[in-house]
Amino acid sequence: MDTSIRVLVVDDFATMRRILKNILKQLDFKNLVEADDGTTAWEVLEEQSIDLIISDWNMPKMSGIDLLKKVRASDKYKKTPFLMVTAEAQKQNVLEAVQAGVSNYVVKPFTAEAIFEKLDKILK
Amino acid sequence: MDVKLVNPFINATINVLETMAFIDVKAGKPYLKKDSVAVGDVTAVLGLTGVANGTISVTFEEKCILTVVSNMLGETIKEINNDIADAVGELTNMISGQARRELGEMGRVLKAAIPSVIAGKNHSIIHYTTGPKIAIPFGTDNGNFTIEVCFER
Repeated sequence: MDTSIRVLVVDDFATMRRILKNILKQLDFKNLVEADDGTTAWEVLEEQSIDLIISDWNMPKMSGIDLLKKVRASDKYKKTPFLMVTAEAQKQNVLEAVQAGVSNYVVKPFTAEAIFEKLDKILK
Repeated sequence: MDVKLVNPFINATINVLETMAFIDVKAGKPYLKKDSVAVGDVTAVLGLTGVANGTISVTFEEKCILTVVSNMLGETIKEINNDIADAVGELTNMISGQARRELGEMGRVLKAAIPSVIAGKNHSIIHYTTGPKIAIPFGTDNGNFTIEVCFER
């Protein structure tokens, strides 16, 4: 797994961003950027070059699923790995994310091992 | 209130706290709560809509939430601050998500709002619906917390 890539972590809860960043640092990822909603995330994506997006679903302003659809509709990010990490765990949520082009899906609560396994799959 | 709506929240609470904060949680006996005074120092309240409309709240004693959040973040938190308020909101979000998944598998689909957080001694919890409030106390080695589930009649 290439840990030199630039990772964008999107969640409206600072606690969750810190937990995810702690896990990513344990895995030796060094280039971490964060945003607290989909709108801010999209601004970051336009301004910078991001290699992996890890996003919550349920956020104010722009939700994670709307961010995913916007990302997949863009030339710049249509193939960028997108991991949804969310408490929205109902079947129709997973189905909607898959149809929108999510790379993988982690349901909160999660273990560090679950994040590692999903990243290992989507970054291979 | 349909008691089948309550059990998924108990299961979800245990799962979320054990997975994210690495603590053992024991559920106590549910009871009907008559007043609105919180049984603890910091509370998150979250609205639910769908097959039934209601709210859930999660209230932690200070000692308990300091341990929980310290474990979640891997650093010692010594007082109730913005980090704690944020974490209580996210824990409630996760409890809601897990419970809604279990309820969804039973054909009872609920949607959740974004939680709000209140802190302070003897603060009040407003549930916005007029149904009975079922309180479930939980114990840990580092203090207690209580969830309240309230759905319209």
